[in-house]
Amino acid sequence: MSATEASAVSTSAPRRLETARPRYGELLIQGLLAVCALVSVATTVGIVIALLEPTIEFFGDVSLKEFFTTKEWSPLFSPPSFGVLPLVTATLTITFWALLVCIPFGLGAAIYLSEYAQPRTRSVLKPVLEVLAGIPTVVYGFFALTFVTPILQDIWFVGEKPQVFNAISAGLVMGIMILPTVASLAEDAMAAVPQDLRAGAFALGGTKFQVSTRVVVPAALSGIVAGFVLGISRAIGETMIVLIAAGGTPNLSFNPSEAMQTMTAFIAAAGIGDQPTGSVGYKTIFAVGSTLFVMTLVMNMVSIRLVRKYREVYE
Amino acid sequence: MSTPEAAARIVGSQPLKDRVQGQLFRFALLFSLAIGILSLLTLLIQVGVKGGPRFGADILNSFPSGNPDTAGARSAIFGTIWVISIVALVTIPIGIGAAIYLEEYANRERWWNRLIELNIQNLAAVPSIVYGILGLAFLVRGFADLGQTVLAGALTLSLLVMPVVIISAREAIRAVPDSIRQGSLALGATQWQTIRRQILPGAIPGMATGSILALSRAIGEAAPLVLLGALTFITFNPESLNSAFTVLPIQIFNWISRPQEEFKILAAAAILVLLIILLAMNAGAIYLRNRYQRKW
Repeated sequence: MSATEASAVSTSAPRRLETARPRYGELLIQGLLAVCALVSVATTVGIVIALLEPTIEFFGDVSLKEFFTTKEWSPLFSPPSFGVLPLVTATLTITFWALLVCIPFGLGAAIYLSEYAQPRTRSVLKPVLEVLAGIPTVVYGFFALTFVTPILQDIWFVGEKPQVFNAISAGLVMGIMILPTVASLAEDAMAAVPQDLRAGAFALGGTKFQVSTRVVVPAALSGIVAGFVLGISRAIGETMIVLIAAGGTPNLSFNPSEAMQTMTAFIAAAGIGDQPTGSVGYKTIFAVGSTLFVMTLVMNMVSIRLVRKYREVYE
Repeated sequence: MSTPEAAARIVGSQPLKDRVQGQLFRFALLFSLAIGILSLLTLLIQVGVKGGPRFGADILNSFPSGNPDTAGARSAIFGTIWVISIVALVTIPIGIGAAIYLEEYANRERWWNRLIELNIQNLAAVPSIVYGILGLAFLVRGFADLGQTVLAGALTLSLLVMPVVIISAREAIRAVPDSIRQGSLALGATQWQTIRRQILPGAIPGMATGSILALSRAIGEAAPLVLLGALTFITFNPESLNSAFTVLPIQIFNWISRPQEEFKILAAAAILVLLIILLAMNAGAIYLRNRYQRKW
């Protein structure tokens, strides 16, 4: 391009950087892709509608007060009793034992992988943990029932031995299942902590232990807690392990050696029973499902918030 | 010379208390990691020891029956193949489409695009049994009224793993550098041409890896299908989308729940089949990632 041409271009009115005519094909493609993205929104709306309508009908028959305060859950007996409390306490008991495993060991594994392991070691160990996360939950249930429970029965030393179906083996195995989730989120958060912070702490004479526990972990705390919260949400929502290993009797107790039925196990068991549409048994699925959905939704939102917080600070 | 040695030479070694504390901490961390890895090994060995002797052609060739010595999981294996094929056909195109929209078209300033993102993050953490409730209310009964069929089960699982496909596909697209996009657009390519000829080829290995992992999650999933009513005694292979069906995890659950030890052994053998399928898929995903992943 010669100099005169260049100046001619620069002095003429600025050209609009838009196409002369609309590209309908491009718009069509964009529209189709947007529809794909909307499928996920439709899924959420579907879940909410699916849960809401039968739940409202259910609470037409059973008062909220009865649902949340009665201490017995026997919806299919006559007279029926609709106290969700035993299912909630069972869920919380098993979640507690799962957290006892996955929080300390998940965090420990994450600190090791992020702060101590050589890159080579990490590249071997991380995939192993990922395999652990990929094992189907029905396999974990089998492991809890046929391996962990007999061992616990052998070594139990306080109070009564665990029953064949019990909360503790389901909880401990669930903890192992969730461990990779907790470890991976915590490790991501620690990896996002800037190297300067570590270097500064080392320069002040901190030992590796001090730098890890007093600088890196606090700096990554929101991400680590996000992992814990997501772990709790997974524990509350897990179905197959508790269905197989914790039994199917509603039981208002925190005793880990007893059998108990969680919210998820109740929903699954009611599904196996093939309740006729519109029956009370059918509606209980949705009432308990709504309770479960709300509990996990709150956890997930907290977790997403916390992850966003550390991303804002460091990335 | 490594840094700690250099430091030791300059400032002397650490006080004994710090060294002990450091070693103890390191040991505790290794122990944490070992818990996970040893559990995995124990689980695999236990399933292998228990199910190994029962594992054989029977499992693949025979149908479930009341006699644990001759029963097999043929109908469950075929059911799994049917269901997973449909899940792949439904989730992969829609999931990747959604990922392209969110990465390449969506304006993050707009609230509805942020809402879609938040929604997908949340859906990824919704308990699988809740998807079962969705399937039960809309697909098996109610709106679609498909009954307890292959199609209803597969669509439920498709919705369940969709967020996983979307999230991994988005990461794969994000890994393609902006300079490629800008170069293509600067040469006069339209946005779709840029996506089709520059971005997708670069992102396909990542997308394939993510999709395989999502499918392997669907293969192992049992809870939503239990709720849909797939827990029935099925002694035939599915023949169409409207057939009744069972899948491997459901068949395994069925056998675990029986009191006789023989059925537990049978369950262990079927678990071996399931784990071998999953291991093959995972290995495939890792191979794809290592072989084709491009460093920009």
